[in-house]
Amino acid sequence: MRTVLKLATFFTLAASAGLAHSADAPRQFDRDAGRYVEVSVADPYLELHTGPGRGYPVFRVIPRGEKIEILFRRTDWFKIRDEHDREGWANRRNMQETLLATGGKLPLEDLSRRDFDKEPFELGAMTGNFGGGNVNTLYLGYSLNENLAAELAVSQTLGHADNGETFLLGLTHAPRPDWRLAPFVELGTGVIHILPKATIITPPDRTEQLAYYGLGAKWYLSRRFILRADYRSYIIFTKADQNEARNEWKAGFAFFF
Amino acid sequence: MESGIRVFLLIVCGAAVSACSMWPFHRKQVEEPLPAETSSTDGTTPAVVEPEVVRRKVKTPRIKNSNFEIGPYVGTYSAEDFGVNPVYGMRLAYHINEDFFAEALVGRTNTGLTSYERLSGAANLLTPSQRTLTYYNLAFGYNLFPGEVYIGRGRAFNSAFYVTGGVGSTHFAGDDRFTLAMGAGYRLLLNDRLAAHIDVRDQLFDIDLLGSNQTSHNLETGLGVTVFF
Repeated sequence: MRTVLKLATFFTLAASAGLAHSADAPRQFDRDAGRYVEVSVADPYLELHTGPGRGYPVFRVIPRGEKIEILFRRTDWFKIRDEHDREGWANRRNMQETLLATGGKLPLEDLSRRDFDKEPFELGAMTGNFGGGNVNTLYLGYSLNENLAAELAVSQTLGHADNGETFLLGLTHAPRPDWRLAPFVELGTGVIHILPKATIITPPDRTEQLAYYGLGAKWYLSRRFILRADYRSYIIFTKADQNEARNEWKAGFAFFF
Repeated sequence: MESGIRVFLLIVCGAAVSACSMWPFHRKQVEEPLPAETSSTDGTTPAVVEPEVVRRKVKTPRIKNSNFEIGPYVGTYSAEDFGVNPVYGMRLAYHINEDFFAEALVGRTNTGLTSYERLSGAANLLTPSQRTLTYYNLAFGYNLFPGEVYIGRGRAFNSAFYVTGGVGSTHFAGDDRFTLAMGAGYRLLLNDRLAAHIDVRDQLFDIDLLGSNQTSHNLETGLGVTVFF
């Protein structure tokens, strides 16, 4: 009987200590004050989803006026923590209506059009045909302004007669970057390293300079996402008497950041 | 070659001229409307007296973005005619929006002997260095079935079943081969930063090593871990 009493006292004490502890413990919300961006809800309420996607269920709503911490952002979703230390995901549309401590709105980028000053970089992968063979291209673009962009590209050409690697530096000019389907012209130069393929006598590898001009179009499909296709005409400045000409078309996707 | 240099120089000149002519023009355009904006935001009526209050410069807060994913994977690579062997690779992904992502993969495996080489006892078709298979893929992915999994009573993890399609190149048997890669995978987010992947991919490329030119299907499976940053 005494042991039972002892145990009961112990558990009661332990439980009360635990309760007291949880009541006194500083909130994670307070401990991280200053570490994250803090905003207050200005919409009637802010919906918290269980995951970063439209299909994830709403498990909590935060009323107007309550403060939240923005932990980080993934695509268009923000991982946030409320004053009761509960964490969840809020959509960008909801977050747009939150206020900073200064009273201003949380500055988020405009989705209706690309801001070339804030998001100047573009990374893309394309595939297509180069002089009868296959070509894979990875490119990085940097917008000098709305119309003009510099591009650095690495390509691998995989043909029947030869393989090659090209390194290109070019400029693209888009007369109407505000169009959803924006055409552009391009001009550039670089080097190509050609590795001939032959079964009996293989000619030696060669590195040549080349230049191109071309035209193409970018289709701003959805948020940050572009489909792109272009056609180029290359001139390879060979060490032989005659220059070589190759045509290339390719298509792929890109995103900007 | 002479004409080549001339064409090249012409291109460089053209590029430089267009670059120089456009840049400053644009900067001026951006800067012009700024003074007008600051005076009009103070009130609806035009300001008669200029306030002598110095505007406090508010620093725009930076929210950390976490859209990239990087990590290693191990698995099996079944090179057609050359046996099933372990494969090691690295994955880099960028999440464009909640549906789409771009992915780059690099992997390497050592292929085995063909059954022809084993049974006939004849000279080997490939040298040991030619047996090493290295590939890269640039792919585009779609999160087909995003969802949650519940393990036990109080634990829920975000997950997604995704499909990918891409192109790349496979270096095998002394040649680079244009490769098409189609796959599907499952991503389980263990926490906000860490994800576990299970992938299956079919890598298609043409090979003419065994007599005729044929498209080989090379099935790859992988188990991987990635870190979001």
